[in-house]
Amino acid sequence: MLQLPLVVTTQVDLVLVLVSLLAFWTRLSRLSSPNAVVFDEVYYGQFVSLYMKRVFFIDDSGPPLGHMIMALGAYLGEFDGNFVWNRIGAEYPSSVSVWSLRLLPAVCGALCVPLVYLLTLELKFCHLSALGASALLLLENSLIVQSRFMLLESLLIFFVLVALLSYLKFHNHPNSWFRYCWLLLSGASCAAAVGVKYMGVFSYLLLVGVASLHTWNLIGDRTLSVCVQCVCRAVCLLVVPVLLYVFWFYLHLTLLHRSGPHDQLMSSAFQASLEGGLSRITQGQPLDVSYGSQVTLRSSASQPIPCWLHSHKANYPIRYENGRGSSHQQQVTCYPFKDVNNWWIIKDAGRQELVVSSPPRPVRHGDVIQLVHGMTSRFLNSHDVAAPMSPHSQEVSGYIDFNVSMAAQNLWRVDISNREAESESWKTIMSEVRLVHVNTSAVLKLSGVSLPDWGFRQLEVVAEKLFKAHSSSLGWTVEEHRYGTSQEQKEREAELHSPTHIDVDRKMSFWAKFLELQWKMLTVKQEDSEHKYSSSPLEWITMETNIAYWLHSSTNAQIHLIGNPVSWGVAHLSLLAYQLLAAVYLLRRRRGLKDLPDGVWAQFVCLGCVCVGGWLVNFVPFLLMEKTLFLYHYLPALCYLHLLSPALLEHTHTHLLRYTHTHSPAHRSTHRHALGVCLSASQLQALKWRDSWDILYRRR
Amino acid sequence: TTSPSTGDTSTLRHRRTVPTSSETLQTLSEDRRSQTAELDDTQSSNGTSAHFSPGGHFSQDPQSSRVVLMLVAGLCFATRLYKITEPPHVCWDETHFGKMGSYYINRTFFFDVHPPLAKMLIGLAGYMTGYDGTFPFGKPGDKYEHHNYWGMRGLCAVLGSFLPIFAYVIVQDLSRSYTAALITATLLIFDTGCITISQYILLDPILLFFIMAAVLSMVKFNLQRFRPFTSYWWLWLVLTGVNLAGALGVKFVGLFVILLVGLNTVWDLWRILGDLSLSLVEISKHFLARVVGLILVPLFLYVTIFAVHFVVLNKSGPGDGFFSSAFQSRLIGNNLHNASMPEYLAYGSTITVKNLRIAGGYLHSHWHLYPEGVGARQQQVTAYLHKDYNNVWLVHKQDNNASDLVRHGDIIRLEHKETTRNLHGHLHEAPLTKKHFQVTGYGINGTGDTNDLWQVEVCGGQKGDVVKVLRSKIRFLHRATGCVLYSSGKTLPKWGWEQVEVTCSPYLKETPSSQWNIEDHINPKLPNISLSVLKPHFLEILLESHIVMIRGNSGLKPKDNEMNSKPWHWPINYQGLRFSGVNDTEYRVYLLGNPVVWWMNLASLGLYPIMVAVASITLQRGFSLEHSLVLMREGGLLLLGWLLHYAPFYTMGRVLYFHHYFPAMLFSSMLTGITFDVLLKSTDLLLRPPYSDWLQRLGQMVLLFSVLYSFYLFHPLSYGMTGPLAHEPGSAMAGQKWMDSWEF
Repeated sequence: MLQLPLVVTTQVDLVLVLVSLLAFWTRLSRLSSPNAVVFDEVYYGQFVSLYMKRVFFIDDSGPPLGHMIMALGAYLGEFDGNFVWNRIGAEYPSSVSVWSLRLLPAVCGALCVPLVYLLTLELKFCHLSALGASALLLLENSLIVQSRFMLLESLLIFFVLVALLSYLKFHNHPNSWFRYCWLLLSGASCAAAVGVKYMGVFSYLLLVGVASLHTWNLIGDRTLSVCVQCVCRAVCLLVVPVLLYVFWFYLHLTLLHRSGPHDQLMSSAFQASLEGGLSRITQGQPLDVSYGSQVTLRSSASQPIPCWLHSHKANYPIRYENGRGSSHQQQVTCYPFKDVNNWWIIKDAGRQELVVSSPPRPVRHGDVIQLVHGMTSRFLNSHDVAAPMSPHSQEVSGYIDFNVSMAAQNLWRVDISNREAESESWKTIMSEVRLVHVNTSAVLKLSGVSLPDWGFRQLEVVAEKLFKAHSSSLGWTVEEHRYGTSQEQKEREAELHSPTHIDVDRKMSFWAKFLELQWKMLTVKQEDSEHKYSSSPLEWITMETNIAYWLHSSTNAQIHLIGNPVSWGVAHLSLLAYQLLAAVYLLRRRRGLKDLPDGVWAQFVCLGCVCVGGWLVNFVPFLLMEKTLFLYHYLPALCYLHLLSPALLEHTHTHLLRYTHTHSPAHRSTHRHALGVCLSASQLQALKWRDSWDILYRRR
Repeated sequence: TTSPSTGDTSTLRHRRTVPTSSETLQTLSEDRRSQTAELDDTQSSNGTSAHFSPGGHFSQDPQSSRVVLMLVAGLCFATRLYKITEPPHVCWDETHFGKMGSYYINRTFFFDVHPPLAKMLIGLAGYMTGYDGTFPFGKPGDKYEHHNYWGMRGLCAVLGSFLPIFAYVIVQDLSRSYTAALITATLLIFDTGCITISQYILLDPILLFFIMAAVLSMVKFNLQRFRPFTSYWWLWLVLTGVNLAGALGVKFVGLFVILLVGLNTVWDLWRILGDLSLSLVEISKHFLARVVGLILVPLFLYVTIFAVHFVVLNKSGPGDGFFSSAFQSRLIGNNLHNASMPEYLAYGSTITVKNLRIAGGYLHSHWHLYPEGVGARQQQVTAYLHKDYNNVWLVHKQDNNASDLVRHGDIIRLEHKETTRNLHGHLHEAPLTKKHFQVTGYGINGTGDTNDLWQVEVCGGQKGDVVKVLRSKIRFLHRATGCVLYSSGKTLPKWGWEQVEVTCSPYLKETPSSQWNIEDHINPKLPNISLSVLKPHFLEILLESHIVMIRGNSGLKPKDNEMNSKPWHWPINYQGLRFSGVNDTEYRVYLLGNPVVWWMNLASLGLYPIMVAVASITLQRGFSLEHSLVLMREGGLLLLGWLLHYAPFYTMGRVLYFHHYFPAMLFSSMLTGITFDVLLKSTDLLLRPPYSDWLQRLGQMVLLFSVLYSFYLFHPLSYGMTGPLAHEPGSAMAGQKWMDSWEF
């Protein structure tokens, strides 16, 4: 029965609404100015364009979720991907909806402010502290700058805060069933945070640490049976994030199905699964490599660049610069471009024919073959002569019998390293093969060193006696393949020049693609060059350096990433204060002097775990990293500190002394950098509070 | 059926619980604070474990335990000293450390990235046994012939022999179980890796000796915790400190054991602080005693080691160039020792310029260009640590005439003597420090452009001041761009021959990196004056040599071609090190752990967390398994030791070798002793009494015999192999090549 009157009561926290509105105002107003590419937009923008065009790419800086969210913004703004992201400061044409490109990061950045408010409440501090924390975040110039453009940090911080908030909600309401929704949300946002940037892992680990501590206490409660609870927690915080993480990649790979600029980094099988590119060439090739097949062999290593086994009409010099001698036979190299000299013919050592018999006789694992270079008819050969650049390895050469003292050693055993059965046949694209030299049991290897001028700066190929179990530089894959039909050398040359033909569709499973992509992302090396605005972690604490994000092409209007010096100082002071206070409390408790009641002590410890712990996990790892770092890497750690300061102040106020707290308006002076206001040189000079800040002046 | 020590019921056990022995009660009543140290009484209840089959060979009375200790010691010395003089040629790093021992005998100054204690001991051992320091230790494989090298090897072997003995005592004191101690000792005595690494002139046996001795003293000290300030308490405290100084004095790896002892001490102090029966005065006495014993004593000894080092080595030698001009003037035979040269810098002089950063190099150039893509393609200018004719520069006046003194504020040109290029700066990015500008060699025969002009500035000087050779700190300001000549300390890649980058910095702050001094100064037109350079203070020398060592250590980057070992290779015994001999006619020694021992360690590293997880969950749920406290606390200490000696290698950028794992391996073996012992004793959770004891004995026997048999199989690795290589048919070791990556 419906009971009347039907009443809806709602409570609205007006302060929360107010800070949210202010946050949206600071993050979203005049979002489309400057109408030019700002700093790392030049980097992320190209990926957005590639998403719009569905072209495959690989970005080693992080997983794809952040890129996809930005691409979603672009999709909603009907961006077609036709913009060349080539330099910072380039003007956007009117066809690009800048506003929609920047909208999602900005919204997430704005939402961080109310999230911090709620988080403080969830840590059991009062509304005033919550207001303080959200005000600190609201007025933090660096966060404003970072949120207003197509950058990933605001997304990362947003997801981290959601994860923490929902976990605390779960923990603080022990008796409702709804709490598991919070836990699930927490797990999901952890996955999202890690999916935006690998840096999210740090916060995730912190959360898992706190959760396992809570679970441990739960196990200690002997009145409960805890199995189900433990399993629930494990599923929500461990299994769900992993599955979701994989799901981001599933989306990524589903969206991007066309071949593009980064194809070359991937294996041949991966490339063949993309539309266009290699798959156009390899369509319809025969699958089984047989005696008489004409093939190109691509090295499995993508370092330093992908290349194909190559030979050409030039011999190794009789003596190298350093006086060592060579065999003076034909050079065998690895060449990074498609070329007719990349073709090799598979020959049965026992027979003379260079054509495929009918039916074709496939080459199997363990078979011994010879490889004949298509254009010069030299045999792939190796012998006990030191290789030109890597003297510990054997030289590999193209051999023909001129009846000089050197004997032919041109037998190679086929060793399929990714075989499933012992007698598996050698398959185009799919099989990764090692060529083991029969006489010396050395393995054909790409050494990765470039040859000097006499070798046309191509890459050196050697044979190495190796005991290392696995190295991608040992593997070779047949990429282009056809059955040879001409026995005559001239005809064969003509045949080699003709393009390859026909079609079968080869699919790679999602898991294989995922693993390969993930592996490549983690191992592709960035060249570690120093950037003009890069900084070291210890400089972040004192805010030694800034980053110039954008400078107007004619006026002094510019955007910098600088923190608000006052809140920055407050944050680090409170960090120090917390540690001192905690040390004093701990020592006194150990001596049996309990200054705080147990409930307050638990609250104090919880604050430390979340905030100081969060700062530690987001800061200390950078001290050990060797990559190029920027000030913006510090922002997540800073957010934790902004959460800490007002809460600590409240703690001091209520439990230590009566103390009035004040807030300071340093925001105004540096916010002009955040918003890109046009100032004169002298005004700029006045804003240069520290010598090390690199503020730009346009000479007129 | 309740265990008196924990007072809680464990129904999981099949065996009757053993009543607390009278001995235990005695120790408990003896100590007035035993009630507060609630954790420690369980430890003594484990003393009862000696009831159960201590290895099956002996009973637990002190007489036979002494016999066992003697047996262990005998086996140690026998295995380590057997064939100590074989092979009679230089093996592997003996070429470095033997040479450095000789330097001490000859009193020649050298530079090494490790602190000097071990090399001093090696030198001393050589000196005592009649080695005269004349053998050159040229390269591995050189024959010793008539030189007395056995003394140096003998010292290492003797120190290495103590390792299993120490491990035995440590485990015995920690776990109160002879079985655990015996397992550990067996593993270490019969490990081919430990034998091999102890038999040669290397730093490692000495390092390991001090590490183990420090841990042993620490454990002994922990046992004295209820008798504070007695003479034994002080003895073990000071011994811990002495051994820590020794460990750090051998290699910086000693820092890890210092960390272990430090953590243990912090834990101990925390326990004392929580003991409310102690007054604050007593607590501060405890604290101060530890400060003295574990900080001041080691620091004093460590500094003393260096003092001896500098006093002994007073002749110029191969290490001079790494140090500042002032340091070099101490060394007899160095050209700066009682130097005489023109006192003031003049035009037309031939000079070398040294950076004032500690371990800063000489300003250097050579016939090589910057590669394409790195600024302008002009000649490289670098900083180089060794003395070399390419460090020589000529000083010219702006307009290239007259010979006069150079003064503060003068504009000069520096011409590289060998290549006749001028020191040149311009507005291109520097190769590594992108915020700075590139410095190159430019022009020909001293003719260049206006970018070759530099203004000399004496730090703290005024216009018109002259530049004193060796004593003035000077800076070179680039005329055209206003930047200052700077040595960033970063190592250039291969194209720059791994020399140090030189840039022009737009930040004009005075730092040692931008300050230089004139070291050699030749000008035939001026009279030579004897210069007494300010002799550096001892602490300055100490600091300088440390910075040079640290920089040298981080400069040891893996080379591209070299096989370099990864930390994850080590616990699985993936790949060894070739100590001697390559082909089948030579006497070959290969450093590789006994695979059975190492894989047992690996297994126990996997087993241990599982066992701890089970034990702690049962404890948290209110049950208590026997031995779980030994497992968690003492095992935890050893696991911490292993982690501290292993995990840091993952973050190191320097080149790593297999032998870096040996300190961690010792901890891992001790952990294995405790883990397997507890595992075997836990058979009573599954089986009833007579059967469980049988199973336990059986397990111990299997362990013992598998280690012995594998030692029989692999002993040629340490004691030398000849004949065909293992991967060829007909080799004696063919069957033993269990992993493809082993290269014997």
